[in-house]
Amino acid sequence: MVKQIIFIIVLLITLGFFAYTVKRIYSFFRLTKPFPVSQWGKRINITLKVAIGQTKIFRLPVIGFIHALVFWGFMVITLGSIEMVIDGIAGIERSMSATGWFYDFVMASGDIMAYVIMLSIIIFLIRRLFMTIRRFYGIEMQPKSKIDALIALSIIFLLMISLAGVNLTYVQIHADNYEGVFPVSAALAPILFGENQNLYFLHEVWWWVHILLIFAFANILPYSKHFHVFTSIPNVFLSRLEPLGHLPNMENVTREVKLMLDPETAFAPAPEGDAVPLRFGVKDVEDVTWKNYLDSLACTECGRCTAVCPANITGKKLSPRKIFVDLRARMKEKGPGLLKNISYDDGKSLIGDYISTEELWACTTCNACAQECPININHPTLILDMRRYLVMEESAAPASLNTMFANIENNGAPWQFSPEDRMKWAENL
Amino acid sequence: MDTKINVPLISELSAQGETPEYLFWVGCAGAFDERYQKVTRAFVRLLHHAGVSYAVLGTEETCNGDPARRAGNEMLFQMQALTVIETLKTYDVKKIITCCPHCFNIFKNEYSDLGGHYEVTHHSQFLKMLVDQGKLKADPAIFNNKTIVFHDPCYLGRGNGEYESPRAVIASLKAKTIEMPRNKSKALCCGAGGAQMFKEAEPGIKEVNTERTEEALSTGASIVATACPFCMTMLTDGIKFRDKQEEVKNYDIAELLVMAMGL
Repeated sequence: MVKQIIFIIVLLITLGFFAYTVKRIYSFFRLTKPFPVSQWGKRINITLKVAIGQTKIFRLPVIGFIHALVFWGFMVITLGSIEMVIDGIAGIERSMSATGWFYDFVMASGDIMAYVIMLSIIIFLIRRLFMTIRRFYGIEMQPKSKIDALIALSIIFLLMISLAGVNLTYVQIHADNYEGVFPVSAALAPILFGENQNLYFLHEVWWWVHILLIFAFANILPYSKHFHVFTSIPNVFLSRLEPLGHLPNMENVTREVKLMLDPETAFAPAPEGDAVPLRFGVKDVEDVTWKNYLDSLACTECGRCTAVCPANITGKKLSPRKIFVDLRARMKEKGPGLLKNISYDDGKSLIGDYISTEELWACTTCNACAQECPININHPTLILDMRRYLVMEESAAPASLNTMFANIENNGAPWQFSPEDRMKWAENL
Repeated sequence: MDTKINVPLISELSAQGETPEYLFWVGCAGAFDERYQKVTRAFVRLLHHAGVSYAVLGTEETCNGDPARRAGNEMLFQMQALTVIETLKTYDVKKIITCCPHCFNIFKNEYSDLGGHYEVTHHSQFLKMLVDQGKLKADPAIFNNKTIVFHDPCYLGRGNGEYESPRAVIASLKAKTIEMPRNKSKALCCGAGGAQMFKEAEPGIKEVNTERTEEALSTGASIVATACPFCMTMLTDGIKFRDKQEEVKNYDIAELLVMAMGL
């Protein structure tokens, strides 16, 4: 009974703090622009493939496979964690064991995966600590990013140690008379404990360590780049479904252009509830879509985008990962002020103070970054939206591009050729 | 080629009450770039050889606005786009073929947002279809001792998932083929996309086209095949920059087919 009360109090504190964090992050989404979502069937399909099937993580096959093991392991182990919470509230043990073969499957796979994840995390830690992986470095990779990674990996490692502790002591205490199947723990327990079956206290300790680590982990994640544990599956579900080559249309520009081409429409009344937006393109966080912001929360800074970026490879300042690291940081900085006052201005902006125009103009829109992102973040559309701001609001395109614009306007081609010469190629064919 | 080819203008056909099946969108590079004009001419030879019903807009063609859009000038893009849509409406154009992946992408994916709906085919896809139909047959003797490496244009490959058609056209030449380490969805950009073609590159340690050309040269292929006017400019420049223009040639897949057919 005492255990139940303590558990429920701890659980409520955990959920309360988590709810506070989620509400805070959710409020930032209200500051962003719309991003229409449809085609739900397709979205379920893409989630099964890219998120559950981990298809894009396999583009780097070896390390991708290890990540997939950790991900799939987490899926089955989470089912076991749900049981632990029910057990804790109800004050019983193995509350889901009545599900029979399903229970055996969940416990057996969870037991195996606990050890597999342990080994995987050791590999990840070795890579982070002792190897030089180029994509883990870059100007946007502040010490916090490295510390975040090490903390998250260490917690996951301890989670698995404690889960193994729970399983090992459980099978040892109950010898041949326990619920579920634990292939690895059942084999290891006699080696570790011999004949000793009096492990009730140790079992209790591991149980509490495991559940408290889960609660702590869930509340630390939203404050680190490992928030992707929660956000990446929704991010994949909400992916852009258009071909990568497609750039979203700017409806507000279409209205203006139609007005210019057909003065008649100037006298038509403006559509209801269709206020003229304050600005074209993206200058700061309040101009991005909520999907852009979700992308920034889902990014775990793996750097696969930057590693394939032609601009970055050839030494330009652009790093696609930095765009989203910057967006996330800028929202953290400006978001609270905007929530208090929608016209809040701290004299800074995403363009200029975080992302330089030099970075934005270096993009070739080749879509290698978006192709590589394991969770379907779309970098080029956001970069383009910032270019749109620079060109249409600031007239701040590089001079050579202004020449190109003038050529298109005057002779209908990006170069200075006469439209009369358009058929020259066909002479003497 | 002995027989003179007259490229049909859509306005002339229209005046005679005829409607061609396809509009061949030549594009700015296809019309004005001295090197790429040869590709346009090669493609037209293939169209005539296969007896395709097509026409061009001629002087009525104008930029479809892609470089402006990629450079952030949405206003200019949409003015061009709405103008082009009007022109295409006049001639009741339903199917478009183009050699330029950028034109292909914008007609296929983006014009529909402004009310222009077309069936759009890139020349690599169109040539594959004609090869499959047996209308274009390469002489296997022409390229059988050559090695060809293909560079994927971003807006054909990653942008629209088309990796196989250009390779199928090359396969019909019966040459040896080789792939670069970064190919298909992992292909490296030539450096010209996103309006880079029309500006100086930002400061860095290397030009993107040099990086890509070196990768192509490292395969030892004697022909670098491309399927995009901008890729062609970038890789031809890269080959010259590395001083390999004697040993290594850069051709469009349409030119290779013309050579292999002796047209």
